[in-house]
Amino acid sequence: MLKFILKRLGLLIPTLLGVVTLVFFMIALAPGDPARIMLGERANAEQLAQLRSELGLDQPLSKQYLLYLGRVIRGDLGKSIVTQQKITDELTDRLLATIELAITSTIFASILGIVLGVAAARKRNSWVDYSTMTGALVGVSMPVFWLALVLIMIFSVGLDLLPTGGRMNVRLYFIPITNFYLIDGIIMWFREGKADYFVSALKHLILPTIALGTIPLAIIARTTRSSMLEVLKQDYVKTARAAGVPERKVVFRYALRNALLPVITVIGIQFGLLLSGAILTETIFAWPGIGKWIYHSISARDFPAVQGGILFISFFFVMINLIVDLLYSVINPRIRLK
Amino acid sequence: MKKLFLLVLVLASFTGMAFAGGGSESEAAAPAAAAEAAAPATDDKAGGVLVFGRAGDSVGLDPARETDGESFYATHQIFDTLVEFKTGTTEIVPALATSWDVSDDNLTYTFHLREGVKFHDGTPMNADAVVFSLDRQLSEGHKYHEYGPWKYWLNYMGMSDIVGSIVAKDDLTVVFNLQKPEAPFIANLAMDFAGIVSPTAFMADPEGFSSNPVGTGPFKFVSWTKDSDIVLDRNDDYWEEVQLDRLILKVIPDATARWLALQKGEVDVIDFPAADDLPAMAADPDVELIQQSGMNVGYLALNNEKKPYDDKRVRQAMNYAIDRDEIIAAVYGSAGQVAKNPIPPNIWSYNDSIEAYPYDVNKAKALLAEAGYADGFKTEIWAMPVARPYNPDARKIAEIMQAQLAKINVEVEIISYEWGTYLDKCDFGEHQAAMLGWTGDNGDPDNFLWVLLSAPSAVPPAGNIAFWKNDEFTALIKEAKETADVAKRTQLYMDAQVIFHEEAPWVTIAHSVVTVPVSSTVQNFKISPTGTRVFKSVWLEK
Repeated sequence: MLKFILKRLGLLIPTLLGVVTLVFFMIALAPGDPARIMLGERANAEQLAQLRSELGLDQPLSKQYLLYLGRVIRGDLGKSIVTQQKITDELTDRLLATIELAITSTIFASILGIVLGVAAARKRNSWVDYSTMTGALVGVSMPVFWLALVLIMIFSVGLDLLPTGGRMNVRLYFIPITNFYLIDGIIMWFREGKADYFVSALKHLILPTIALGTIPLAIIARTTRSSMLEVLKQDYVKTARAAGVPERKVVFRYALRNALLPVITVIGIQFGLLLSGAILTETIFAWPGIGKWIYHSISARDFPAVQGGILFISFFFVMINLIVDLLYSVINPRIRLK
Repeated sequence: MKKLFLLVLVLASFTGMAFAGGGSESEAAAPAAAAEAAAPATDDKAGGVLVFGRAGDSVGLDPARETDGESFYATHQIFDTLVEFKTGTTEIVPALATSWDVSDDNLTYTFHLREGVKFHDGTPMNADAVVFSLDRQLSEGHKYHEYGPWKYWLNYMGMSDIVGSIVAKDDLTVVFNLQKPEAPFIANLAMDFAGIVSPTAFMADPEGFSSNPVGTGPFKFVSWTKDSDIVLDRNDDYWEEVQLDRLILKVIPDATARWLALQKGEVDVIDFPAADDLPAMAADPDVELIQQSGMNVGYLALNNEKKPYDDKRVRQAMNYAIDRDEIIAAVYGSAGQVAKNPIPPNIWSYNDSIEAYPYDVNKAKALLAEAGYADGFKTEIWAMPVARPYNPDARKIAEIMQAQLAKINVEVEIISYEWGTYLDKCDFGEHQAAMLGWTGDNGDPDNFLWVLLSAPSAVPPAGNIAFWKNDEFTALIKEAKETADVAKRTQLYMDAQVIFHEEAPWVTIAHSVVTVPVSSTVQNFKISPTGTRVFKSVWLEK
């Protein structure tokens, strides 16, 4: 097992090196002079030269790349052009907001996805199956920003049940403690004896969670269904049924456990994607996370920030993939033998 | 790993495209009790919390260090300047300085400070504080000069080329010694970068000042949660009456989401509405639209160094042949107004007696015939690849011009480059005719006319991309630049605009119109032409 883990960790190095290289050259080779674009109409020759040297753009590309690689290895992603703050600090400030939303979305998508997937598989070709799978198709195909706006229109503006965006009612004047607002809400509940903060944090989470969780929900439901159908055809299931084991036990005890193996992989990948792919959801729901930050950095042409952001997300993605693979081999020992 | 590769590829190429093509473009809480107790309750205007929903977060809160509008939205409430723009105009009025004298040679400005003003930390605002705030930007030897960059002072406004020294004459008198007569200097002092900061607070934590700012402004800083909200409380010691108890600047990046938040009453004022939502906002009885023309101009520069635009008649013909009303209707909608002068109407000295070139195809044809182009000619029109405040869709405008100019037999080829390249090529005069524009900084006519149209600016890399060198025009605006008397300057600029109109180096296109939707309970909210949102005189109807 240790050897397996070490081997997987070893594979991380070339992967991440590839990511760094790709990210660097994609941005370095994009047409246009970043300095000129950043300064716009009011640039003069002196300012251009100054900014180019600040950004290291006056060095040959190969040297820029090696310098960048050197800094990344030391864990230094550079400074944001816009804020002059360390990019690592900027990212960690926003990371918890993104993680909170990714966790709630994953929980929402996993529970509902598995329940629907199992129901569809058990009643194959029934109305349950058809409506679940049609719903899943719609869920996968729906543009997130559109869904987000529709949710706000219905639940916030129309029914007046939930807030339109942000993480907390700003009129409550709340000071973040752990930066996981649900946990902060509970702490404040104990401290001040009122649930207002917790309730507000919870309400602010609902719509973004649904918007962000819909696609993973659809994918998880479909994967669960097909995996479940596969397993239900297996001989041991037939044997169990023939032996008179109650159907409920057959499905949940014997079939589901095996059927969940691929589903776990999918959930892991989806969690990784949620951390990175929340740009639209975070922007529309004014959620102060990493996705929104990257979006803003792109519009501000803050290219060290964009490079750093993409690298950070890629790193997360790779790590989550690794954890999923390890988890998988724990649940399914056969993997380790291959 | 294939998935990862794809992810990176997608993210990176998305970014690459954005760089190339140009894309589109909140601790301490809760002294709620304190705010309630502090309310003066003198009349029914007092009190209330206003939430302003805006598109982005501030970068930092030291006004001298920042360059972006979102930062100034916050610093403008926290800091005062020596002089300020009269709300809604570019007229300069007293603020921390109650009066000022100018020496006969226009080289010495003496400011008399308001008595009894205190910073939010309780320390007195005096001549030393003024000198500290500005000298840290000016003097390279200043102990805190290294905490810059002081981009506005040094780069954008060239203040170090204007100001020689700043001296505290006594506790309430500050003297500025200039290196050269430069009348627009006074307008620069009204800009946010010239805000007066608490020296005590700054020296205590120079690095942290921009996240914990202390000024003398109408609102004092309470807390800042990054990318979420900035909370400001009323300064009860302010030298004018401030009504709001609390002002919260809340970040909502998506324009439609801001509009939904306004409808729901989560916010009271929103920034940058989407053009598509404006009709619905106008129809909503609970919403009022506050408008102000933007301090900018979009134009088509005709390169005077290239044929046929070396001929005044051809330039005038272009002005007659282009129907600006059609362009405004098709491209700007309610977000723009026709431009007839190179400066926008909210800038003092705007010459409203000038009559815009009417749309007149026959007149244009006659002028072309006179100039020897009876059969028309071929021309390039360059269109910017990006949306700018003064020109949301240059490509579409170019197409409209193409159709309009065809009527006088002028055949237009539309040309566009990536934005950085576009600017470079324009600065070096490679174009025959190119669209561009300018957003003003300090509300002074000089900030438009000198940069964009003077003869010295027509040298590559040029600000004057019409490469129009008119001695008479340049002489007038040079004299205006060196004269302190505002009435006299006004006359000089009025005369200069007459020459501009006659010589027609540009086809002026439009000035943008800025719209800010507010809830109907919000009273006395104003937009400054410089782009700032002013909250000190706002009150909420109960």
